[in-house]
Amino acid sequence: MKKILLVDDEPNIIMSLEYTFKKNNFEVFIARDGQEALDILKTEQPDLIILDIMMPNVDGYATIEAVKKDEKLNACKVIFLSAKNKESDIEKGMKLGANAYMTKPFSIKKLVEQVNVLLLESD
Amino acid sequence: MNSIGLLLIVLVYLGLLFLIAQWAERNRNSKWTNNPYVYSLSLAVYCTAWTYYGSIGVAADSGLNYLPIYIGPVIAFPLWIVILKKIIRISRVNKISSIADFISLRYGNSRFLGALVTVIALLAIIPYIGLQLKAISETFHIVSQTSESTNIFFDTSTYVAFILALFASYYGTRYVDASEKRIGMVTAVAFESVLKLFFFIILGLYVTFYVFDGFADIHNQAVVLEHFEERNTIGGLEGAVNWMMLIVLSFFAIFLLPRQFHMSIVENNRERHVQTAIWLFPLYLLLFNFFIYPIAWGGNILFDGQGMNSDMFSLLIPQSRGNEFMTVLVFLGGFSAAISMIVVSSISLSNMLSNNLLIPYGFLGSLQKDNQERNSSRIMRIRRIGIFSLIILSFLYYRFFIMDFSLVSVGLISFVIVAQLAPAFFGALFWKRGSLIGAISGVFVGFSICFYTLLLPFFLSSLNPDSLFFKEGFWGFELLQPFQLFGLNYLDPVPHALFWSLFFNLMVYLAFSVSFKGNYRERNYAEMFVDIDKYITNHENAFVWKGTAYVSDIEKVLKRFLGEERTNRALHLFKMKYNIAPDNLMADARLIKFAENLLTGHIGTASAKILIDGVTKEDKISLPEVLKILEESKENITINKKLVETSNELKQLSGQLKEANFALLVKDKQKDEFLDTVTHELRTPITAIRAASEILHDDEDIPEAMRKQFLQNIISESDRLNRLIDKILDLEKFETGKQKISLTEQDIITTIANSIRPLQQLISNKKIYLEFNENQKAIKLYFDEERMIQVITNLVSNAIKFCDEKEGVIIISLQNNDTEYSIHIFNNGKGVNPNELEAVFEKFYQSSDQTIKKPIGSGLGLAICKQIIEAHKGKIWATNVEKGVTFSFTIPKQLID
Repeated sequence: MKKILLVDDEPNIIMSLEYTFKKNNFEVFIARDGQEALDILKTEQPDLIILDIMMPNVDGYATIEAVKKDEKLNACKVIFLSAKNKESDIEKGMKLGANAYMTKPFSIKKLVEQVNVLLLESD
Repeated sequence: MNSIGLLLIVLVYLGLLFLIAQWAERNRNSKWTNNPYVYSLSLAVYCTAWTYYGSIGVAADSGLNYLPIYIGPVIAFPLWIVILKKIIRISRVNKISSIADFISLRYGNSRFLGALVTVIALLAIIPYIGLQLKAISETFHIVSQTSESTNIFFDTSTYVAFILALFASYYGTRYVDASEKRIGMVTAVAFESVLKLFFFIILGLYVTFYVFDGFADIHNQAVVLEHFEERNTIGGLEGAVNWMMLIVLSFFAIFLLPRQFHMSIVENNRERHVQTAIWLFPLYLLLFNFFIYPIAWGGNILFDGQGMNSDMFSLLIPQSRGNEFMTVLVFLGGFSAAISMIVVSSISLSNMLSNNLLIPYGFLGSLQKDNQERNSSRIMRIRRIGIFSLIILSFLYYRFFIMDFSLVSVGLISFVIVAQLAPAFFGALFWKRGSLIGAISGVFVGFSICFYTLLLPFFLSSLNPDSLFFKEGFWGFELLQPFQLFGLNYLDPVPHALFWSLFFNLMVYLAFSVSFKGNYRERNYAEMFVDIDKYITNHENAFVWKGTAYVSDIEKVLKRFLGEERTNRALHLFKMKYNIAPDNLMADARLIKFAENLLTGHIGTASAKILIDGVTKEDKISLPEVLKILEESKENITINKKLVETSNELKQLSGQLKEANFALLVKDKQKDEFLDTVTHELRTPITAIRAASEILHDDEDIPEAMRKQFLQNIISESDRLNRLIDKILDLEKFETGKQKISLTEQDIITTIANSIRPLQQLISNKKIYLEFNENQKAIKLYFDEERMIQVITNLVSNAIKFCDEKEGVIIISLQNNDTEYSIHIFNNGKGVNPNELEAVFEKFYQSSDQTIKKPIGSGLGLAICKQIIEAHKGKIWATNVEKGVTFSFTIPKQLID
């Protein structure tokens, strides 16, 4: 069973994501901001992280930087899922080491496809 | 009083003056030192011991003849506004420090003319200083009731002169730069002016009302005296012409005497001080002259037939009555008058002696090679020794030549000599054609005639009063009789000498100037002097010079006299003023003139020119070329002025544009940020709605509970979206001023209660303690109730969100201030980050504080509250208080539209 970490400060968005990935046989972890995510990552090594950018406390950028520094998480894929949809935002996200960048509002179907593609690559 | 006691008084008095000068020097900009009254009073250095004692002598012996000497200056005063201001301006921009500088600079910066003026001034003033020493000495002996010793080393007055010389030489040379203001000296002189007038008036009152019984009494007793009638008439036409000549004489003296030039020009701090002087100084003279007549004739009555020296009446009257206090007082007044004259004259003479004679003709060579420190001390030493020897020389002159002459006669001879400078001086101010040859020959001829008609007879008569020379003239030519030259026989010797010397002086000056044109340099300075007002702000532009010069060479010369630091600073300022690149190698005319000016104060105009000439190579320019350049530079100055004005305007405009642009940029950036945030905030609910809808659409076997939950999410997110749009529109309306508020008189207590009511349920759910007294007395204010409810709801909702999670407390209170009511909403949650107390009222503010969770809301609430409160002319702010935070706002009591 693949592990997935969902990081977003909007409860209703989390709710949809959680439902979808549980249905697709993922083990789902949930964090409401970057800080919570990093706390979870101390003990868990998910296969993939879906990461919002604009969040209180620790934002998505800071979170991915921490993830990339952590050797235990070398294999972990990251997808940014953000309402920031400018070219420069996407560029910045990819530079920081994300494997994919999807803008909000997003298609659930496409997100699941993207996740599957990334996980297939790593296998 | 014995001589030791009197000497002590003199020393104490000198000490006092010294302290005053020291104090003033230290308080250079105090209103006590730098004001028009000090300036005006310092001009009263004109009234010397000659005025103080001599006028009484003249009034006693020949009636009203003492007056013309004071009428001249009074006539001159209205002209001061024009003439003096012009001289002050010329001297200021050219750093002129004496009348020798002034005259010689105008005639092409001539070293020879400067020296000539200096020699004339020395010849005129040394006897005059001797005269002051004579007055001090004689009065000293009268007051101490001792007699003059024939051996000068046993005579107390010798030592008084010696002390004075030390005093003046120390005091006169505080600055190397001769054009520097000597505030201390000026203040001390002004103080002495007050004292001498005050003491003189006291004496006048004493004589008139104590010794005699008022003016009428003196008059009644005087008319019966033998010479009264004869001494109190002007003496017909002849007398009138004599009078007129004396008036002319003193008119010139007030401008030309070195001490007057020094006080009125060199020491002038502000041009507008002249405006006070033009009424205060004549008033001073009037007050001084008021009691001369009563004292003189009082003396004539008291000492009738006793053969007393009428010059000394002012001391003899109180002394003969046994009033020692009054006698000493009068002595001190006269002493003041004498030493002001001695100090100021010797300072200005020594400046001329060093800057116009000794340095350009002697010391310049050695100064040229030395460094700044040694040069400064050497220049100081030259001046110091100059002052000292001038006073000693004057003393010797007095001891050996003028022991037996009256005060007035020597003074008048000085005036006549100095008057020889008048044509060249006034020509310098008003006549561009006046030339160097004209000035030099005029002064020479004038002085020669003056020598023949006045000085020679003066010396001869002290040797052999019965010389045939007086009656038969030179080698028996009757027309050359010294007192009746060319048969002019109705003038007294002094007016006679003045008339002929000035007449020929002026004629020669005019004739030579017209026949021999000056060189280009003279013409250049003529332009700068006569048209000073055109060049006052950038006179360096008016200086015509063509040739090759290196900035570094000039810099080297300057450093020898000004030192490294001052030179660099001056050059820096110069380059700033004329916008010259700092690394410019070649010097232009402006820098040449600027450098000459800097040196002038130290070594005089002539030496400055010689030094600068030494390191530059000047090309000859023809006179027409100079005139052309001047014409152009005049035009340039006007054009420059306009250009500067226009460029200033442009600068201002471009500044304003920059500001506007910056404001626009800031606005743009704010707008961008706002749009960014708005789109983000709008996309968030849409994202949630889209995700939930997609699940509902695609997933057919979704459990019923989940289906309902997703539908509920869609509904609440849609509501959130709608609220957000409402708020954005609200804010936009307030910001663009489209939102109108309707002010009506309402009770704020009721409004608060109405706002809280819908929140009660939430408050009790969260077990929050809310304190607000709904039953207090109504407070009627003008506000838009709907909007006010919006504000209060928002603030209370925030308080509910942020108060302590377990034991929440919210307190709403009101405060009655002068012009407004303030409403405070406290909650016991965590405070706001102190740096963000104002930022919380910005749109989409999100706390950077790590410990606060993102508030559930749009981020627009407080921004809207701020807009609403400001639309009510109130204020809104947040303050961290102990154990919580208070949000406050005010509503004005008065209806404001």
